[in-house]
Order: sequence, then C-alpha cells, then structure tokens
Amino acid sequence: MSTVAAESRAVTPVLEMQNISKTFGNTRALTNVSLTVYPGEVHALMGENGAGKSTLMKVLSGAYLADPGGSILVSGRPAVTGDPIKARANGIAVIYQELSLAPNLTVAQNMFLGAEPSRAGFVDRGDIRKRAEPILKRLGIGFSPNQLVATLSLGERQMVEIARALTTDARIIVMDEPTTSLTSRETEKLFEVIAGLKAHGIAVIYISHRMEEIYALADRVSVLRDSAYVGTLERSELSADRLVSMMVGRDLSSFYKKEHRAATQDRKVVLAVKNVGDGRRVHDCSFDAFAGEVLAIAGLVGSGRTELARLIFGADRKTAGAVFLDGRELSLHGPRDALDTGIAYLTEDRKGLGLFLDMSINENINVGVISQDARAGGLLDFGKAKKRADHAVSSLSIRTKSTSINVGALSGGNQQKVLLARLLETKPRVVILDEPTRGVDVGAKSEIYRIIDELAQSGIAIVVISSDLPEVIGIADRVLVMREGRIAGEIAGSPDKPIEQEAIMALSTGPARRDTTSAT
Amino acid sequence: MSAMQSGQAATDKMKLRSTLTALGMLPVLILLAVGFHLLSGRFLSVNNLSIVMQQASINTVLAAGMTFVILTGGIDLSVGSILAASAMVGVIVSLWPDIGMLGIPAAILVGLGCGVVNGVIIAFLKLPPFIVTLGSLTAMRGIARLLGNDTTVFNPDLPFDFIGNGSLFGVPWLAIIALVTILISWVILKRTVLGTWIYAVGGNVEAARLTGIKVPLVLLFVYSMSGLLSGLGGVMSAARLYAANGLQLGQAYELDAIAAVILGGTSFVGGVGSIWGTLIGALIIAVLSNGLILVGVSDIWQYIIKGLVIIVAVALDRYRLKGLGRT
Repeated sequence: MSTVAAESRAVTPVLEMQNISKTFGNTRALTNVSLTVYPGEVHALMGENGAGKSTLMKVLSGAYLADPGGSILVSGRPAVTGDPIKARANGIAVIYQELSLAPNLTVAQNMFLGAEPSRAGFVDRGDIRKRAEPILKRLGIGFSPNQLVATLSLGERQMVEIARALTTDARIIVMDEPTTSLTSRETEKLFEVIAGLKAHGIAVIYISHRMEEIYALADRVSVLRDSAYVGTLERSELSADRLVSMMVGRDLSSFYKKEHRAATQDRKVVLAVKNVGDGRRVHDCSFDAFAGEVLAIAGLVGSGRTELARLIFGADRKTAGAVFLDGRELSLHGPRDALDTGIAYLTEDRKGLGLFLDMSINENINVGVISQDARAGGLLDFGKAKKRADHAVSSLSIRTKSTSINVGALSGGNQQKVLLARLLETKPRVVILDEPTRGVDVGAKSEIYRIIDELAQSGIAIVVISSDLPEVIGIADRVLVMREGRIAGEIAGSPDKPIEQEAIMALSTGPARRDTTSAT
Repeated sequence: MSAMQSGQAATDKMKLRSTLTALGMLPVLILLAVGFHLLSGRFLSVNNLSIVMQQASINTVLAAGMTFVILTGGIDLSVGSILAASAMVGVIVSLWPDIGMLGIPAAILVGLGCGVVNGVIIAFLKLPPFIVTLGSLTAMRGIARLLGNDTTVFNPDLPFDFIGNGSLFGVPWLAIIALVTILISWVILKRTVLGTWIYAVGGNVEAARLTGIKVPLVLLFVYSMSGLLSGLGGVMSAARLYAANGLQLGQAYELDAIAAVILGGTSFVGGVGSIWGTLIGALIIAVLSNGLILVGVSDIWQYIIKGLVIIVAVALDRYRLKGLGRT
C-alpha cells in the first residue's frame, strides 16, 4: 500500500496515532494500530464490525486509555491520552451514532452546552446566539440558532453536532456511520458540509460500511481487520474488490447470490396484500409475494415501508384492507397470530426491537418457540433448545464459542443472524426482512445474502425492505417502490434485463403515480 | 510508568468485578453476620439464627413476589396492604367454628384476587404499575381496616398457629415456607417457559411482543403471583400474632421487599436478576435488624444504618453491572 506516498507529503500530520494497543481483560481490541491523518483530508476508516474502529476512535477521544507503549501526536505534539476533556481541548471532536443533544434546548444552547459563555455565572443568551450564527452560516445551515432541537430532523441534528464541534475549534472531527439514519437528501447535505470542513483544513475521520460514500468522500482509506491495521489506500487506488478483500482477508467471488431463480418456474402466490392502510402513514397498498421469490421494497426512509410491514405482521393495527396467506384471509390480532400462521418479521431496529441483550444466544434463538417445545407443566426442554441453537449456529455460521454467552457480546452481523435464526425456527412461509444488512459488516452481509438465497430456494416467499440500492438490485427478483405511504410502482428484473438503480430512484423521488387528491 | 500501573490495575479490576458478579451479595451477608458475632458474641448461636430466619421469612415471601414483578420492569407497592387485608380475612375466617382452617385458603385467595385486579389494570388498561399499585396500597389499607371495623381481630385458638410458632425438626415453619417459596419461584423463573418470558418482557418489552410473547398475560401473572404471595404473607403474620390489625399490620413492608430485591442484584428496569439474590437480600435486611439490636444500637440509628446499607449495596451493584457491559 502507499504509506510511502503519504509520508512524502510536506505537511505535518494533524494526527499521528502510533502503535496503539488496547486490551480488555483477555480480549485484544487493538494490536499496534497506527494511523496518520493530514489536515483537510477525509480519512475513511473501514473494517468489519469488531475490527477495532470504534475502539480506536474511543482511544482518540480519550474515552479509553490505550495500553502503554503507544503514542498520540496532535499536530506533531504529544497529546495526553485517556482524558476526554484534554482531547477536546486538543481539537478532537467525535460525532457519535447516538446523537447527544438536549432536544428541549435551542440549537445555539446545544452548541455551547457545557461551555456556555457566561458573565458572572449568568448565561448571556444573546451572546450565544451571536457566536452560533457565523458557525451555522459557515456550514451553510438553513435553520435558525433559536430553533428547538426537538423540531429538527435527525440529519439536521447531526449538523448541530458538527456545529458544536466547531465551537471548540475542532481540527479533527470523527464521524461514526453518520448516514445510517439519514435520508439521501440529508446525506447529500452532509457531504457538502464535509467538503466545507475540508476547505477549512479540518480533518475528518469517516467511519462507514457504505462503499458509495467512501468513493464520494474519501481521500484515503485505512482498513482494520481483527483489531490490527491492514493498510491504507490512496483515493486513486480504491476499488471495491480491493477494499473488501482487505477487510475480509479473502476474496469474495460473488457477493450477491441469486441462484434461487432457476427454481421459481411455477409462481404461486403465498402472500397477497390488498388495499392495506392505517389511515396515517400507509395508504392503499396492494401486492403479491410469490413462493421462492425475493421481493424487495425500496423507497426513501419514511416512505412507509416499515409501517406497511408491521401492518402485515399484525404488530400495528390496520384500518383498511386485507392480508391473504395461501388465498385465505387472515385476521391477525398481533404478532403471535402472524407467527402461528406462518408470517415472520425481522425488525430494522436490531437492539431496540429485536434482541434480548441480557439473554444468551441460546435463549434469543429459542424464545419464540420454547412454548411449543416445552414439556408438561410448561417446563423448559433444555435439550431441545440446545439442539436448535447449535443447529442454527452451524447452519447460519454464527461465530461464537458457545451459545450460552450473552447475545450482546456478538458483533452486529452475528446478532442479526441470531435474530434470523429465531424467526426461521418458527417455520415461516413468508419472511419479511426489514433492512437485514444494516450495520452489518461485509463478511456477514454476504452470508446473509446466502441465507436469503437458500430460503428462497426452499420455497419461502421473501420480502426484503432495503435502502441499499446495490443490495436491492443484487438480490431481488422484483422491486416495489414506496413513496409517501403508497406503492409508487413495481419493477421486475430478468437475467437479460436487470433492474436499474435509476429507475428505482425515479420512482421513489418522482411524482406519485396515483392521484393524491383522493387520499384519506 | 503510571500508564502501565493503571493497565495492571484495570486487569485487577476486571477480575474483582467478575468475582463480585458471581458471588452477588453473599460476601456482604457473611461479613455482616461475622461482624455482628464479633461485636455481640452471640449472633451466630442456633437460637438466634432461628430467630433471624423467622424474622426474614415474611419479607422473603413478599420479596419473592416482588422479584417477579421487578423482573418485568414493574413495581408492586401494594404488598403490605394486601398482606394486612389477607391477614384480617384469615383471622376472621379462622373464628368460624370447625372450619377455621379455611382461614389459610381464604387469606391466600384474597391476596390472589387483589393481585389479579392489579394485573388486569396494568396489563390490559396499560396504566403505569407505580400508579396502579400506589392506588391499591391506599385502597387495600382502607379495606383492611373496614374488615375489622377498624379494630384488632384476635383468635387465641388459631387453628393454624403452628405456622407462626411451630417448627419441623427444629426448623421454624415460617422459614420452611419461605424457602419453599424461593424454590418454587426459582423453578418458575429458570425452568419454565413462563420464566423465560418474564425475563424477556423485562429485558425488551417491544421485542417480546414482536417475538410472539403475549405480554399482557405475563404481566397479569407476575402481579397475581405477587398478590398471592402477599396473601401467604398474611397467613404467616396472622399465625405468628394470633391476631391482625388492619391499620398497623404490614405497614411499609413493600419497602423492605423492594430493598431485598434490589440488594439481591435484580435490575430495577427489569430483565436481570435472580431469586437467590432476593433471598440473600432479605437475609441481609433481617441480619441487620437483628444484629443492630443485639449490639445495642438505638432504634433511630437502625433506620439510618439500614438506609445507608441499601444505598451502598446498590452502588456496588452498579459497579458490577458496569463491568459486565464490557466483557
């Protein structure tokens, strides 16, 4: 890789992390990792989940104290490590995935939170506003410093976080997966802001799994694997294959799997959704899902995809329409009924709505089926549970030493596979997967694609909700596009005429096909 | 180098934490018992330990019910009042000639009934448990007083007085009942489907619903269980005193029960905890009460010391949990 080229630059690096190691008990989270960042560059940090990116950034921000032996230089001068306040004073700011703003305060108040300019203990609101304005202007932000943060969208809140970093003259801003919950428009806006930061000589360390973003932004990309540094690529050297093989440590010949197609000659409707709506965010949605087919639902975040899935699954109550399974109309009074009839749903919010983080892998896999496995008197059958868990771990290749450890200890990808295992144990006929690869590393992604493909081959109807367009095109036979709570259109692919990304984008952003004036 | 030392210290801390996690509050209990013995010279006598077990028994039974409730992330403030009402009914029924033994099931059924009412309101009307059980704390206290026309009811010939004052092979019946309650609770929590559901609901209620768990039924069960055990506590109180008083009996028992559960390491937000921890928590409270009296600490200071022990113990617990998050 091109470390030589990097070192030959004349500029002093704004950040040099050298030989950083970090151990937790017996676990090595980082092994002799070095990272050099120059002023005004966007330096992407990539690696599978658990590769050590977040730990490295926590060492940088002072949240963790690195093991002895390493050093951190900021603009050539050694920096005190393990102290978040000193790190901030050194110009290091971290924008966390979980935003840390007080929604009940204004934008300006949030920007100066904890460092309010005050006179004799009294906060001068006017002063705060005056200082906030030029920073917001510099970022090209459209909202007023007086606006309450509660009224802002997630993307706008992120801008406030960035603005907050600038109030302390940050020279290095770390963004950890900043776009996961942004709409595409907000993402574009973020990219503009990042370009602005670059122009002011601020270095951005950008952590992301999304290749398109890396291409769009990064000047250089450093890759971590198994808690060690693998290498750094210059922008000119970037290629998906190269990055993926650096991250995974092997070549991924075919990333997306679509072998199930051959088996789907006789198309039998398994799930039929007719005119379903909830009167608020989903209106008049109809579609069929066929046995052995992968049907994707694309659309912008907030277009009603998750809401539609939850209506079908019975998690929320629909106010209109009907759902048919194998031609029989269902009357679902909740998720239990849906699971009993053969509809399973994988939530998009793995930790919030899916996992029991205090429970073991075994319990997480079995929790949906323990009542049917139970012996007389509702006693648990530990033997059956262990068998199910062991089988799931091997067939879905969940990487863990034992099924009795807490599910919270697994990486995102393996947690996702645990949830997949749980829903597959219910022997579903229809599987609705909501963002199945969100926050999942490349290796686990390809394994999840393999699992989806195998499920389709076994004749299950699969509905995948996804915002990742390459993924949609890679795995789906047919794509529904949702827009403003309605199905805006359907695109079918065929081997000789694949689905095009542009067509999906046009449908998800373009004018709605149906007459909206008659909307409820 | 200071960094090296702190690295070593961190490893030691990790070890200390995992040891603490495995043992729970048992070391604290042992330390207290040994400490009181050294100070008083007679704490660890067979006779005194038997007294401690009796003192701990009613709170252990209430705390077992409370464990179910807190594991789901809820709270039951009404256990003391339910205990009083059940004890009243138990003593009143025991006065019926020939069929006085019916006082036992009558008291337990009253407790169960109150628990079911709590459970239905919380599970199906979806009102916050704190508010619902705060209401029944007050209402049941009133009913308990009403039952005896606001007087104490006596039965010097209580047919089930062996429960309060007898023993089996030298072990007080009260202690046996408490231990059996703990054992049954353990079986339910760790060996049955229902137990897993209770932990699941407490760990992540929305995930539990999406997994197909009928959350309202689980909630109905835990509050009913807590009510039923309060009724059992009422039987135990009545049997010990040959009497019941609707105004005084069971006052602030809910606080001791909650303290025992929290001392036992059960998370206040639900999902984490064990019934054995609750037993140890109840024993710690009983040991403190008994030991402080033996040592001759005044009533006032007993309150202060007990309060501080609870806070320190929970602080320790936080420290343990923090260690868990990182392994």
